[in-house]
Amino acid sequence: MEIIQQILFVAALGVVAWFITKRVQLISRAIKLGRPENRFDHADERLKTMLLVAFGQKKMFTNLLVGVMHFVIYAGFIIINLEILEIILDGVVGTHRLFAPYITPIYPILIDVFEVLAFGVLSVCVVFLCRRFIARVSRLQASRHRELRGWPVSDATIILTAEIFLMVAFLTWNASDSVLRDRGVGHYGELQGVVPDFLISQYLKPLFAGFGDRALVAYERAAWWLHILGILAFAIYVTYSKHLHIALGFPNVYFSDLQPKGEMQNMPEITKEVQLALGLPLSTQPDGSQANDNGEQSAEIGRFGAKDVEDLKWINLMNAYSCTECGRCTAACPANITGKKLSPRKIMMDTRDRLEDIQKGWKANGYDYKDDKSLLGDYITPEELNACTTCQACINACPININPLDIILQLRRYRVMEESQAPAAWNAMFSNIENNMAPWKFSPSDRFNWAEQVNEVKF
Amino acid sequence: MLAEEKYSVPTMADMAAAGEDPEVLFWVGCAGSFDDRYKRVTIAFVRILNHVGIKFAVLGPEEACTGDPARRAGNEFLFQMQAVSNIQVLNAYNVKKIVTACPHCFNTLKNEYPELGGRYEVIHHSQFLQGLINEGRIRVQDGQSFKGRKITFHDSCYLGRANKVYEAPRDVLSALDADLVDMKRVRANGLCCGAGGGQYFKEPEPGTKDVNVERVEEALATGADTIAVACPFCMTMMSDGVKNKNREDSVQVYDVSELIAQKQGL
Ligand code: SF4
Ligand code: SF4
Repeated sequence: MEIIQQILFVAALGVVAWFITKRVQLISRAIKLGRPENRFDHADERLKTMLLVAFGQKKMFTNLLVGVMHFVIYAGFIIINLEILEIILDGVVGTHRLFAPYITPIYPILIDVFEVLAFGVLSVCVVFLCRRFIARVSRLQASRHRELRGWPVSDATIILTAEIFLMVAFLTWNASDSVLRDRGVGHYGELQGVVPDFLISQYLKPLFAGFGDRALVAYERAAWWLHILGILAFAIYVTYSKHLHIALGFPNVYFSDLQPKGEMQNMPEITKEVQLALGLPLSTQPDGSQANDNGEQSAEIGRFGAKDVEDLKWINLMNAYSCTECGRCTAACPANITGKKLSPRKIMMDTRDRLEDIQKGWKANGYDYKDDKSLLGDYITPEELNACTTCQACINACPININPLDIILQLRRYRVMEESQAPAAWNAMFSNIENNMAPWKFSPSDRFNWAEQVNEVKF
Repeated sequence: MLAEEKYSVPTMADMAAAGEDPEVLFWVGCAGSFDDRYKRVTIAFVRILNHVGIKFAVLGPEEACTGDPARRAGNEFLFQMQAVSNIQVLNAYNVKKIVTACPHCFNTLKNEYPELGGRYEVIHHSQFLQGLINEGRIRVQDGQSFKGRKITFHDSCYLGRANKVYEAPRDVLSALDADLVDMKRVRANGLCCGAGGGQYFKEPEPGTKDVNVERVEEALATGADTIAVACPFCMTMMSDGVKNKNREDSVQVYDVSELIAQKQGL
């Protein structure tokens, strides 16, 4: 009996590992579609940012209450992994509470901590469900944000419900286990005197008082299996879900932008054109320095700006896979606040959807497959792009340093420079700058006329 | 008595011809040169510079748009044409230090020109004024009193979020004897006026409201009679918003430098 359970367990582990490896390969292949960009510089600054923003959850605490609640789930996730280690070893070796005899004095303390965290996670998930469906927090409502319609809302609900379910399984498992130990049933009885009652599950023991021994063992086994299989299934599910941020959030923050937020990235390939147009020596700057201090080579670039995901940088694509769909960016976006179609969260979700659609194409038709769709046009519309004020509120709001504006800007560049598709008023502004050295139609020779009034104006 | 003061605006060309070097180049910007409302800000700032005795110069007719709206709208080519030409002019005059009253010029000159070969110390006029006040070179007296008046400051994105300059304009305003009140969304969480990213130069996309109206509603909710700004585009957007709310008789929009000039009686 035991050995069958062990075999099944090892088989389950293998299947999960295989699935996850496949997904990881596919996702990293998708991210590598992006253009090269050096984000391996300034390691200490990056590490510091990651410690503060990812490990320390710094930006989550702008809303203290939500920050604390998210921290409970986060800490729970990290710390409960220790308990999962024991469960997995138990499953493989066929033992029960493997660690208990070896670390007897601290074992109950550990489990107590896990139980408190589990209870915390459970409560926070309930609160989060209430925020979505009862308090109706605006940024989480599909009725207000079309990008949430359908799958994204189900995804969030599934995750929260699954976490509640997993935590209930864990707590009742401990409770039934304690009752079996008290009754001295089989190997459970061996833990008498080794493992005491635990902090939370002790209160659940009365639930099982009426169970017969066999029913109770059945429940204990079922809860154990559900808990661990649930976690393993969750691990696969995560790779398809916005919940991928639990893994990608860390590298995403590590590789995030370090330059000032107002700086738009230079296009070295344009610098060449400009130098040609102005008759300047090529590939050096007016002051003789290199064209580009980002470290990447200004290689052959197919097009100016981005039409599809492969024109974006890999970090843009990693951003898309890391996005939690929390909508803090959209809630801060002036365009979205005032009813325009633009939503920075949708920009990130569209980019990820595009990548997932490409993956589906790969799976069905091989890696050379190309469809005739593109991010610009089929997923993101010009109307959305044109509404952006480049205010950077989205970047500031994102708890994991995602930069939706960078994608918007690259798509705008494609529209303007490759398709000459700017709004007419922008074209007028461009030609004014070109001809009059100002965005308005004034003669450049009038530029200094204000100085004549410097002694006249009365304040 | 101060109104008798004669103000002058030397150009870099004048300075170079006289073999002199200014302490700082005042980058006026397109709005500061052509926009009737913002020209008054340019003049206010120039009068302060004169009054304090700072040796400054402007480029005058040699100045051209930094290219900021072109770059943000996606026209990288046009941006770089402007940038490279401007850098040639600035470098030819061996410019070291630039002050500007436009956060867009400030951001572009400071953060985006270095990669194209233009490396300068760039400061926003609110920081410059803050420095002058801290050094005691500006003493706010003689002029208008702001006693009992409520001022709220609108953070512009390219000064605040883009470059983390939040305190300088507030410090400058606190030199007035007014009551400073903050809006609901301030500093890093400040709400855009709606003009950036090239929006100023076209109609907004369809929506439920204009951004500047939303922002002015927030400003009016503070009960302030003065909305202080530090950006030419915020200036227009806030003024239009105030008009939209029919409050132009009771609520004024001023640049921080205008308030300092008023306070000094310049
Ligand atoms: S930068 Fe653009 S997308 Fe981001 S918040 Fe501002 S307007 Fe919205
Ligand atoms: S980009 Fe950042 S703020 Fe916006 S939804 Fe994704 S995780 Fe949230």
